[in-house]
Amino acid sequence: MQLEVDIASKAFTNAAGERFDVLANLNFTLGAGEVGVFVGPSGCGKSTMLKILAGLDHDYQGRVTRPNDVRIGMVFQEPRLLPWRSVEENVRLAAPRADEATLSALFDLLELTAHRSHFPGELSLGLARRVALARAFAVEPDFLILDEPLASLDDALAARLRDQIAALVDSRAVMTLLVTHSVDDAVRLGDRLFLLSPRPARILGVVPIRTPRSARGAAEISDIKAELARFSLANI
Amino acid sequence: MLRLLSFAVFLGVWWGAALLAGAGKLPPPPAVLAAAVAEASSGALFFNLGVTLARVALAFTLAMTLGAAIGYLMGRVRLANRLGDPWLILLLNLPALVVIVLAYIWAGLTEVAAIAAIAINKLPTAVVTVREGTRALDAALDEMATVFAIPRGRAFRHVILPQLAPYIAAAARSGLSLVWKIVLVAELLGRPNGVGFEIGVAFQLFDIPLLLAYSLSFVAVVLAIETMLVQPFETRLSRWRPRAA
Repeated sequence: MQLEVDIASKAFTNAAGERFDVLANLNFTLGAGEVGVFVGPSGCGKSTMLKILAGLDHDYQGRVTRPNDVRIGMVFQEPRLLPWRSVEENVRLAAPRADEATLSALFDLLELTAHRSHFPGELSLGLARRVALARAFAVEPDFLILDEPLASLDDALAARLRDQIAALVDSRAVMTLLVTHSVDDAVRLGDRLFLLSPRPARILGVVPIRTPRSARGAAEISDIKAELARFSLANI
Repeated sequence: MLRLLSFAVFLGVWWGAALLAGAGKLPPPPAVLAAAVAEASSGALFFNLGVTLARVALAFTLAMTLGAAIGYLMGRVRLANRLGDPWLILLLNLPALVVIVLAYIWAGLTEVAAIAAIAINKLPTAVVTVREGTRALDAALDEMATVFAIPRGRAFRHVILPQLAPYIAAAARSGLSLVWKIVLVAELLGRPNGVGFEIGVAFQLFDIPLLLAYSLSFVAVVLAIETMLVQPFETRLSRWRPRAA
């Protein structure tokens, strides 16, 4: 199972009728069990790319091949919960086949057990983000799309959630795409890092990380960060 | 408690006005109550109220179902909106009386004509309200439903319908009041029973207590429906809002 992406270009026309390119020559493949991390400046078109890969936007030049009947779990930049359904109903609606034991474990893991019957309007943004993560995990996805899932969470919680994402990705052969501004998240979670240019986004460079996620020590992480810093300086 | 007080004030003002205007023009509450009791004991009051309520229920259901479906379609599909818009403006601005009279001329003085005419009067406002609601649907939630492959039926029930609910409730409330008013005109012009017909009879006989007895019983029924059906329904629908307005 793998994702093949070959987007030649994607353009938007704004309200004033001006056309501008958002993506250009995005070319990569992503295999099962692999975490691809996209790092790039704000507004470079990362979310647009994710929308295309999730099958929400078909108006582009090029080709995206996803396996048939791929189950997608997605965490959007905003939580996108149904305000009129409880936390549990929100998760169950997306994952009707999840059994009680799986859900309980998931809510436990994300520290949401006390909030199962709350409505999203009663949650803080951090909690709502965790519900969005729970929803994406509960569908037991083959293809996990994470659009800055750890933004606006405190460091300790972000670190725990990062570990949980890593555990999930390693427990099943999930293709994972992560978009983030945090170099730390990128280095700790990714198997391959894609560095994107400002708009129109194209891939400036690919940094593979061969050490398994669990074996990455502090020294190694700072090495990769240093390499990344060199890369960015040389190309942007 | 406050409602009771407000009702007492209403009765007081009425009684005072009756004393000033004289019983010939405005009968005091006891006279109207006596007329209502007389009609009630003969069974005519309940029969006529029942007949009118049945017409209201039928016309209202018909108009709301069709109106919500057409409104949703026009809100979602641009072509449907462009085709339907001129019709909508025509219907919105067509006087109720014209629709009722034409319906009676074309379909005869029948029950079908009366109910159809009432429903046609209500239809365009339901369409307009639900169309606005459909246009305001959150595309982000649609995307969420698509990504998670939530089946259409479930997505409609859990994602779309709750967003439309306030608009449907608004259409239902304004529609109910519109239908109440029009049903009486339709009955006055071409039905042999119902509150509208009785009010017509009372008008011809200048029987003001009878006229008020029917009007007020009818208002009482409307109030009961509003407090026992419409308001609890709205409260239930908006229970997820942190502070319901």
